[in-house]
Amino acid sequence: MAAQYHHSLRFDVDRCDGCMSCMRACPTAAVRVRKGRAVKLEDRCIDCGECIRVCPRSAIVPLTDQMADLSKFKCKVAIPSAALYAQFDSEVFPGVIFSALKQCGFDYVESASPACDAVTIATEIFLNEYRGEYPLISSFCPTVVRLLQVKYPDMVDQLLPVLAPREISARDAKRRISKETGLPSEQIGAVYITPCPSKIVAILEHPGMQRSHLDAAVSISDLFQILASAVSKVQESEYKMDAVESAAGLGWAFLGNFPRSLPAENTLSVAGLPNVIRILDDVEKGRLRKYRYIECHACPEGCVGGCLTVENPYLARGKAIRLQQSLPAQCVVDRSEVEASYRKKEFLMDESLAGRPLCPLDEDISKAIIKMKERDQILRNLPNIDCGACGAPSCRAFAEDVVLGEADEALCIFRWQRVLVERIEELANLVRTQKQTIGG
Amino acid sequence: MPEAFESVYQVLGKDFSNAGRVSTSIKDTLKRMGISPAVVRRVAIVSYEAEMNLVMYATRGKMSLSVSRDAVTLHVDDEGPGIPDVSLAMQEGYSTATAEMREMGFGAGMGLPNIRKNADEFDISSGVGRGTKLIIRVTQIV
Repeated sequence: MAAQYHHSLRFDVDRCDGCMSCMRACPTAAVRVRKGRAVKLEDRCIDCGECIRVCPRSAIVPLTDQMADLSKFKCKVAIPSAALYAQFDSEVFPGVIFSALKQCGFDYVESASPACDAVTIATEIFLNEYRGEYPLISSFCPTVVRLLQVKYPDMVDQLLPVLAPREISARDAKRRISKETGLPSEQIGAVYITPCPSKIVAILEHPGMQRSHLDAAVSISDLFQILASAVSKVQESEYKMDAVESAAGLGWAFLGNFPRSLPAENTLSVAGLPNVIRILDDVEKGRLRKYRYIECHACPEGCVGGCLTVENPYLARGKAIRLQQSLPAQCVVDRSEVEASYRKKEFLMDESLAGRPLCPLDEDISKAIIKMKERDQILRNLPNIDCGACGAPSCRAFAEDVVLGEADEALCIFRWQRVLVERIEELANLVRTQKQTIGG
Repeated sequence: MPEAFESVYQVLGKDFSNAGRVSTSIKDTLKRMGISPAVVRRVAIVSYEAEMNLVMYATRGKMSLSVSRDAVTLHVDDEGPGIPDVSLAMQEGYSTATAEMREMGFGAGMGLPNIRKNADEFDISSGVGRGTKLIIRVTQIV
């Protein structure tokens, strides 16, 4: 179980001052503060980026690619997340942003809208033919996939095995550019313009795929400054309204839009990791079987709420909705073509997803039982107010750390206080006895 | 007797805002002990159904979890009205849920049958005015 996981965040020990903000914000209890510095528990971290949002010292560094890293590709194609458009005012059409991206150094820009529309059709076909257990859970957010693998390993079979639009866009763009230019596809770098770091993990680990069609991911926040300045310089003559954007494609940036475009009844949309966890808990208990499809986003409001965006997610969502209203409502792909490529398995994952449950208290069940009893015993002596002063996010997590030998019970300041009071009383008693003996 | 981990949870009738917490806590505990994911899921389902039965029908009750090397056992013991005809209640689709419970998505008459389906051993004893006792066991847990 000690498999090496890829991660998209790095804790910078020089900047960290041990303030515990990240520890308290982490939805999977993957952070401890030890010796005054935050430490990440690699097997628990699902790369959601909540820690990036709250760190007051910018000590959590997303491992997204920088523009300079992309020079290794002969040809670079940008695939913008629909969340990128929502960072600008709704009068800034995608066509303008495309021109600006080219000025920033990309040779091509591929709209994700056709892939979004195609994936909607592919998902419809899949749902119609699916005979397994319900509900199916969306697999487009890499953090949600990782959450299921780690916390709900028995439910990975319920992840929708349809590829994400960003992957379809990357594959199609590479095919087309390769044909146009004669360049081998290895020399074409498909770069996702990402609202979050978790896409990096999806590229490195390519869950459900033999390899990812994407080669790199540059964050919206890193790119924003130069992109915004390029946007302001784009002349009206340099772009035309891009016909390839569709309203439904743009809708992928925020909660609730994708299921609305599906004909299936009984769909559900949920965003924000604590909410996703509550819903998945209910799925695990068999409560939501009547739902056919659940769209899950780790970030509040969906990708517009990504931790590497610049605009407030609610404002971004408003802008996306206004922009959506100015875009054509119809689908920008041909349904029969999509159906034909679906039959050729062009839209489906080619590997099954595997769960990877957390290491239990002990691999040997008899020992795990003993350790769980110890944990409960320790927990009974703790204040159960989750103050965090010991460096663990909750008394329960602390008790577990103690049992696993990773923390010392003496780190609890309440326990300390008790020990101290006992010692003082002992001393006071000693002094009293001494006084009686020597008659002072 | 092999060593067992034991934990007792109290459930309050009509406490819908906390309903489901006990079964969540049970499944999280089992996961930390390395119980196989498939077994955890079955226990999650049976403990949730049992918990909801307590919340919907009983005044209060307790659920006792016991985990040994060989089995996960759940004893459910309630202070409730009791079931007049147990064999009828075990039939799929039979339900005494009120309109209010149905509005909340319960009352499909699948509770007890679902528990029996997911358990390896299942025992129920109930009588009007005596409350209801369930013993639910899932074996081969790793």
